[in-house]
Amino acid sequence: MMPRDAAGLRMRKEAVSSRGMQALALGISVLFLVMLLLLLAKSRPLLSGYSLTEVLLSSHWDPARGQFGFAPVILGTFYVTFIAMLIAVPVSLLCAVYLSEYAPGRVRRMFSSFIGVLAGIPSVVFGICALLVFVPLVADYIGPWVGVETTGLCILTAGLILAVMVFPIAISLSYESLQALPIELREASLSMGATRWETTRKVLFKAAGPGMLSAILLGFGRAFGETMAVAMVVGGKNQMPSLFAAGQTLPSLIVSSVGEMMSLPLEQSALVFVALFLFVVVTVFNLLARWVEKRLQARWKI
Amino acid sequence: MNRRHLEQQVALCAMYGALVMVVVSLLLIIGVTVLRGGHVLVTRPEVVVTPPGPRYLLGGGGGFVHAILGSLYLVLPATLLASGIAMGIALYLQSDYTSRRTAGAIRNLLDALWGTPSIVYGMFVLTILISLQQRASLLAGIAALTLLEIPIIARYADAAVQAVPPMAKETSYALGTTRWENSQVVIRYALPGIATGVLIGLGRGIGDAASVIFTAGAGNNMPSGLLEGVTALPVLIFQQASSFYPSVREQAYAASFVLIVIVLVLNVASRLVTNYFARYIPGGR
Amino acid sequence: MESEIQIRDLTITYGGRHHVVAVNNVSVDIPRNRLTAIIGPSGCGKTTLLKALNRLHDIKEGVQVRGHIVIGGEDIYQSRLPVFELRRRVGLIGQKPYPLPASIYDNVAYGPRIHRRAKGGELNEVVERCLRQAHLWEEVEDRLDSPAAGLSVGQQQRLCIARALAVEPEVILCDEVTSALDPLSSQKVENLLRSLREKYTMVMVTHILRQARRLADYVIVMYMGEVIEAGEAQEVFGNPRHEKTREYVKGIMAGA
Ligand SMILES: Nc1ncnc2c1ncn2[C@@H]1O[C@H](COP(=O)(O)OP(=O)(O)OP(=O)(O)O)[C@@H](O)[C@H]1O
Ligand SMILES: [Mg+2]
Repeated sequence: MMPRDAAGLRMRKEAVSSRGMQALALGISVLFLVMLLLLLAKSRPLLSGYSLTEVLLSSHWDPARGQFGFAPVILGTFYVTFIAMLIAVPVSLLCAVYLSEYAPGRVRRMFSSFIGVLAGIPSVVFGICALLVFVPLVADYIGPWVGVETTGLCILTAGLILAVMVFPIAISLSYESLQALPIELREASLSMGATRWETTRKVLFKAAGPGMLSAILLGFGRAFGETMAVAMVVGGKNQMPSLFAAGQTLPSLIVSSVGEMMSLPLEQSALVFVALFLFVVVTVFNLLARWVEKRLQARWKI
Repeated sequence: MNRRHLEQQVALCAMYGALVMVVVSLLLIIGVTVLRGGHVLVTRPEVVVTPPGPRYLLGGGGGFVHAILGSLYLVLPATLLASGIAMGIALYLQSDYTSRRTAGAIRNLLDALWGTPSIVYGMFVLTILISLQQRASLLAGIAALTLLEIPIIARYADAAVQAVPPMAKETSYALGTTRWENSQVVIRYALPGIATGVLIGLGRGIGDAASVIFTAGAGNNMPSGLLEGVTALPVLIFQQASSFYPSVREQAYAASFVLIVIVLVLNVASRLVTNYFARYIPGGR
Repeated sequence: MESEIQIRDLTITYGGRHHVVAVNNVSVDIPRNRLTAIIGPSGCGKTTLLKALNRLHDIKEGVQVRGHIVIGGEDIYQSRLPVFELRRRVGLIGQKPYPLPASIYDNVAYGPRIHRRAKGGELNEVVERCLRQAHLWEEVEDRLDSPAAGLSVGQQQRLCIARALAVEPEVILCDEVTSALDPLSSQKVENLLRSLREKYTMVMVTHILRQARRLADYVIVMYMGEVIEAGEAQEVFGNPRHEKTREYVKGIMAGA
């Protein structure tokens, strides 16, 4: 009798556990849908009152008068992200190439643990540093240097700190995709008399291209959705973005207005709409990153 | 020939430039926080263990122990919950349980969730709170953080589980184990990777402000119950960093220092854990 | 015998945790415009020696190369010429083909473009000539623009040879080039190597003794990092002087 009972218990455990895990895996997929649908449902008040193009393209922002034009904020977000990527992409790629192709092993190991630490630093800490370092830098040096008066709490500062925040993820992912390439590929190019730089530029960049591209897209997603550090230095003014003037991004808009705006349904739904917009854009970019990586990899079969 | 040599040198210079730029900007940033925060902690070490005084945000004195405790109360249960859920998902993604297609789709989804800005999780939980007509609370904060951490831990655990040598699984199955019993063998093999994932999830959770700022509350009270509001360290830093009062700003610097120390400790811990467990894994260094 | 490559007192060590002397005090000459086979048991340092001829150890950390290698009168480890120019004169074909992530055409054109040897129509001619030389032209002429990774492994290997020929090297090094190929592809590559040996100084590493017999004019036998015998193929195979060579030649032949 005993063994059969034991067998029964084992079977039951097996059945329960596999159901449970299935439920969890299903749950995470459902969560994704629920998030999307709930945010959509809660943005209804806004979207039923105004057309989508009106909301996205109008630049009049005055919740008290019922005007919800997101154009300045959306532009501000792209502006800030663009500045960040403009700096972060070339710097990160060059850094990754140096580490992977030129650096001696000791430097490589040191730097990768350094990057590992940085990747874990919370964004409010970056925000603090931006306040202490970048704001004075922009206000006292860069601004006067180009002949503009600025408080330092501006779009440029936000872009600078975002660039620094993108470094760890962009460097480590492109470094990994370079390291994944076989040494024979390098030898093949070098043995034909290519210099190491030519090998990097013409062969490695192409072979590691999918990974690097996806690193850049993920960095973009990170910069686009970054909230706290930007909110601390961007100045928080809802106006058309300009480099040295205070501005606003989508996430920082949420942070700075939730307190006062959650009381009225229309204003509340305007902020939920911002969250929805962020969610959709960043998800599209993340999925694009995956897709690009797969497609390009399949193309060259590397 | 000369031109090619030149091109190579120019490229190398650009690389050095990039490297210097990254190292300098990052060192500057850490250095400044550590110096400013360290200075405050040396002169007023009691801020770490004292609760906020009256008129705290107006420079009224006191410390931020309420935020430290709040962070712990938020992040520990959240990490525990997220780890359990993530483990289940990671085990389910094995070929023993599901098809490659389903697993691939779920992985894509997890990656998308991983990249989702934490403010979105915050707004999601906040809208639920509003629908239920509830106020911000420790419980809601835990929920938001759990959502934030699940995809991170799940992806690390998944990578670790996938890296378990097939031989180990086959030997175990050959003994007549069920999938569940076999999963326990798999977990043992994957433990270092899973532990790393948990620590990284923990680090991400403890540093995140955007997901908890509206869901857990931002008051200046000591944590007092599951349904009461609490404040977290990063939220406190965010609120105090731009304060008009220098003495309040200094608290933010000190709190940043504490946060950086926590992150460093977690980083070192994850390295130690990996090295420690790796000795028990064939092929581990 | 006129020698193209003179190796003198060459010692190569791999650093790291396990210090390995892979090539130990080797001095040997390699004749011009003939095919030299390097044979020897696994791990005896053949690949290491071959890579030294192309200075490919430079890109690895902890590899030490001491001694002299003179190719065409130029001591490549002491030369003032840039290393990429030295490497251009020596082509290397590996055990497994690694096509560059580009089209078939671009693979062959890679070298000439880098060295600015040819442009436009001239480049087309170079590509066609090299592909013909590698006996690959007929098989790929109508899909030059498709990714090289789509070719069969045998075709890829011949593509790699065409690619190496396109930079007009003086020396061609082949490291077990047929080991990843099926018999028919091996046959084709062997024929190709045979057709090249008049014009180039060829050095090939092989584990297949019969292949060495079929192809080689000159043979170098290595054992535990040292060259134990070097001489004309008939001599080494027919009348090996060194005891280890005799064992190696016999052992493998008996097993084959
Ligand atoms: N990267 C490396 N690091 C350390 N030792 C190495 C490295 N590459 C090769 N070796 C060692 O150097 C010695 C010679 O290796 P090599 O690859 O030259 O042998 P081989 O004659 O080509 O062998 P095979 O016929 O198997 O290809 C071996 O003992 C090998 O273990
Ligand atoms: Mg070899």
